[in-house]
Amino acid sequence: MLEIRIHGRGGQGNVMAAYLLASAAIDQGRQAQAFPSFGAERRGAPVTAFVRIADRPIRRRCQVQQPDFLIVQDAALLHVPGVTAGLKPGGAILSDGVADAGIEAQLGCPVVWLPATRLALEHLGKPVPNTALMAAFLSLTGILPVTALIKALGGRFKGDLLERNQRLIEAAAAQVPAGLWQEAAHAARA
Amino acid sequence: MRLALEGSQALARAVALCRPQVVAAYPITPQTHIVENIAKLVADGRLDCDFVSVESEHSAASVALGAACAGSRAYTASSSQGILLMSEVLYDIAGLRVPMVMTCANRAVSAPLSIWNDHQDAMALRDSGWIQLYCADNQEAIDTTIQAFRLAESLELPVMVCVDGFALTHTLEGLELPSQEAVDAFLPPYRFSRALDSTQPLSIGTLVSPDHFTEARASHHHALLQGLSQIVALDAAWQQITGRACGGLVEVRGEPEAKIGILTLGSVLGTLEDAMETYAEVPRARLIKLRAFRPFPAEALRQACAGLDTLIVFERAFSPGGGGIVATEVKAALYGQAMPRVVSFAAGLGGRDIPLDAYPRLIEAAAEDGGDFRFFDLKPDQLPEGGF
Repeated sequence: MLEIRIHGRGGQGNVMAAYLLASAAIDQGRQAQAFPSFGAERRGAPVTAFVRIADRPIRRRCQVQQPDFLIVQDAALLHVPGVTAGLKPGGAILSDGVADAGIEAQLGCPVVWLPATRLALEHLGKPVPNTALMAAFLSLTGILPVTALIKALGGRFKGDLLERNQRLIEAAAAQVPAGLWQEAAHAARA
Repeated sequence: MRLALEGSQALARAVALCRPQVVAAYPITPQTHIVENIAKLVADGRLDCDFVSVESEHSAASVALGAACAGSRAYTASSSQGILLMSEVLYDIAGLRVPMVMTCANRAVSAPLSIWNDHQDAMALRDSGWIQLYCADNQEAIDTTIQAFRLAESLELPVMVCVDGFALTHTLEGLELPSQEAVDAFLPPYRFSRALDSTQPLSIGTLVSPDHFTEARASHHHALLQGLSQIVALDAAWQQITGRACGGLVEVRGEPEAKIGILTLGSVLGTLEDAMETYAEVPRARLIKLRAFRPFPAEALRQACAGLDTLIVFERAFSPGGGGIVATEVKAALYGQAMPRVVSFAAGLGGRDIPLDAYPRLIEAAAEDGGDFRFFDLKPDQLPEGGF
């Protein structure tokens, strides 16, 4: 079972990101589960969301305490104690922003950076990094085709907004090394 | 076909499949998405129903009661403080023997204020005379909601479907929604035998003197007890149509021959099932899922507990100054036969996560001598200095 934890701030579409990823997986015939852990319900407050993807029914309902991967929608959260807690050995982080060697050395695990907020501003005119990061995550792990994400988005958006998101997804997926985390993702599925 | 749906969204669709004529609701976390989605189905013209937005939960229950008395299939949903604000009307609905269905998106009760999940809200309504069914997962929540309408209408009693807030209401997963034809075949159009009719005026809810009150209450009790066989029968009938059952009154999972048992209500069951695989070195337990809390299935529980040395009752609520609510009832049901040692735990209060490793820690804690009632995962460092 692949377990992913998403960290972000209220208003960044953290829950939507988790739901999109799980929806894409279910649409591809996989088992998946996504749910949020809300703190205070307000913009800007740290929010955590969880995704599980597996090949057999997922029965557990507990929070993801030992994720295989972390997706961080606001790089400032990497400085918050506890955000990287429980990350499995061999695990990795996908974060919004530009490379920061200092924090990488502090965290002691591989980080892939994607300027997701900037990409979203370019393509959507809004600072919502979620779809770009999900696209990059699929490209890095190869767990689902990036087109599955576009299809899942089609269930929520249409017209111009869907097309803009599609271009954003393609751009984001192309900016990270495809398949870099394929082995780790495959091992987690076992 | 499995659809990727948030629990609340799936519940709204399940309610719509039951063709309610009146839905009255007031939003409260974590129930909000359910009624929001029903309102959207009505606004989009996909559900022909009067959606009544009211100014409080007391009014939501009152509107649903009035609609049901007039012969409509009625529905409402709430959580926590909302359930408590409804409570006066909920007793009326039950006592008047008016069928309807309500989803309780289970949430802790204030104070301290918590928006997160436990079962204190539904447990506070234990004695209201509503049927209470608890759902272990979102598929059960869909299937139980549909069964609940037929159950309510066949017994002329209201049914509360208890669905864990967030753990189920806000979890997106792959779910089967039955077809409209399947639901129509299971749930015939509603006809209330005592529907108000202006051509044949009838008063309901009038004063009942001591000459009749006991008999009215005894009849209510008897009707709930009749529900025991009806809950089982309807779950079996639903299985005939869909191939899925929800476990009747009480379902035994895990290791049926185990001498140690864990009784739970709601969504923690799946976590314990997974945990037994993860912690294969820990002895496997008999998992007892209590689906029906009212009516209380004493006989089914006795059968489910037969041969146990230890029974852990792991519940998401308690009675302050008393102890485990379900545990107390379970002990009463088992009294008079070869009884296991019953250890009662309050767990997952106010949304505290029950992680996978709760399973080995629970088995270990139950073996220790720590009193009949305990709080699971109590953090001593968060208590006042010097403890209690």
